[in-house]
Amino acid sequence: MARKVPEVNASSTADIAFLLLIFFLMTTTMNVDTGLTRMLPPMPDPNQKQEDVEVKRRNIFPVLINKSDKLLVRGEPMEISMLKDKTKEFIVNPNNDPNLSEIEEKEIPRIGKYRVSKGVVSLQNDRGTSYEMYMKVQNELVAAYNELRDELSTSVFGKPFSRLAKEEQESITKAIPMRISEAEPKDVGGK
Amino acid sequence: MKAISTASLPDIVFMLLFFFMVSTTMRETTLMVRSQLPEATEVNKLEKKSLVSYIYIGPPMRQFQSLFGTEPRIQLNDSFKSLDDIRDFIASEREAMKEEDKPLLTTSLKIDKETRMGIVTDVKQELRKASALKIVYAARKAEK
Repeated sequence: MARKVPEVNASSTADIAFLLLIFFLMTTTMNVDTGLTRMLPPMPDPNQKQEDVEVKRRNIFPVLINKSDKLLVRGEPMEISMLKDKTKEFIVNPNNDPNLSEIEEKEIPRIGKYRVSKGVVSLQNDRGTSYEMYMKVQNELVAAYNELRDELSTSVFGKPFSRLAKEEQESITKAIPMRISEAEPKDVGGK
Repeated sequence: MKAISTASLPDIVFMLLFFFMVSTTMRETTLMVRSQLPEATEVNKLEKKSLVSYIYIGPPMRQFQSLFGTEPRIQLNDSFKSLDDIRDFIASEREAMKEEDKPLLTTSLKIDKETRMGIVTDVKQELRKASALKIVYAARKAEK
C-alpha cells in the first residue's frame, strides 16, 4: 500500500500567479499596429541624367494642401468631403471627358477588357500643413481607390476586394492601379 | 456554512496569465514624445512585427520639455535624435535583420497629429536617401 504523501499547501499559488499576471499586464502592450502603407519614390541618381517623365496635363490630378489646411484640387478650392467623389470621377471618366484622365482599353486576365485609367493623383503639401489634415487627405484618396476596386470586384467576382484570392486581387490591381504620387517637397502656400 | 473552495483559483489566474502572455508584446521603447495618432478608415494591419522599425515624431513629453522644448522632435529607439541620425538608424536596423528579410524593411511613422508637415517631409527625404522606401503612416482605425 502506497504511503500517504503529505499534502502541500497550495493556497499561495494563486498569489504567485496574480503577481506574474500583473507583471505581464504592466510590461506588455496589446496595440495592433495599423496604418496606411505607402511606397516612397526612390531618390534620383545624381550621376544619371534626369529624364522628365512626360505625363499629360489631363492625366494629373493635383491636390494641394496649404499651410492653413485648405485644399486646392485642379486649381479650385474644395471641401474634403468632396475629394473622394471627385477623385473617383477623375479616374473612371465614364463619358470620356477630355478634361479627365485618359482611358486605355486593356485586356486583363480574369476580367477581360477594362478601361484602365492613366491618371495620377499628385499630392502636394506645404511645410506648415498639419499632419492630421495630410492624413485625412491621404485617407480620402486611398478610400477612392479602394471603393473603385470594391465596385469592380463585386461586379466581376461577386465579393469585395479583401475577400478575393490572391490572383484575383492582382487582376483588380492591374485594372485599377493605385497611383498616388507624393511630390518632391515644395512650398505651395508661402510662409 | 462551508467555505467556498478556492482550489481552482490558481488555474483561472494562470489561464488569464497565458492569455496575456500570448496576445501581447513586450514594450520595447519608452515613449518620450507624445504621439496621438490620427484616425483613418482605410488602414490595414501590419503583419510581421520583426520587419518593422519605428520612428516617433511629436512634441516631447512634459518631463522633457525643459530640456528639449515643445517643438516636435524625432525619437529613435530610446532617445531624441536629429535628422542626420535617421540614416544610421536605418542602417543598423537593416544590419540586425536576416538577409532574406532586408528588402522587406518597413518603417512605421508614428507621428502626432498636431505635427506640421515640414519635419515629416524632411524625415521622408532622409528615408528616401537611406532607400527605406516602404513606409507606413501609423493611424488608428476609425469607423466609417
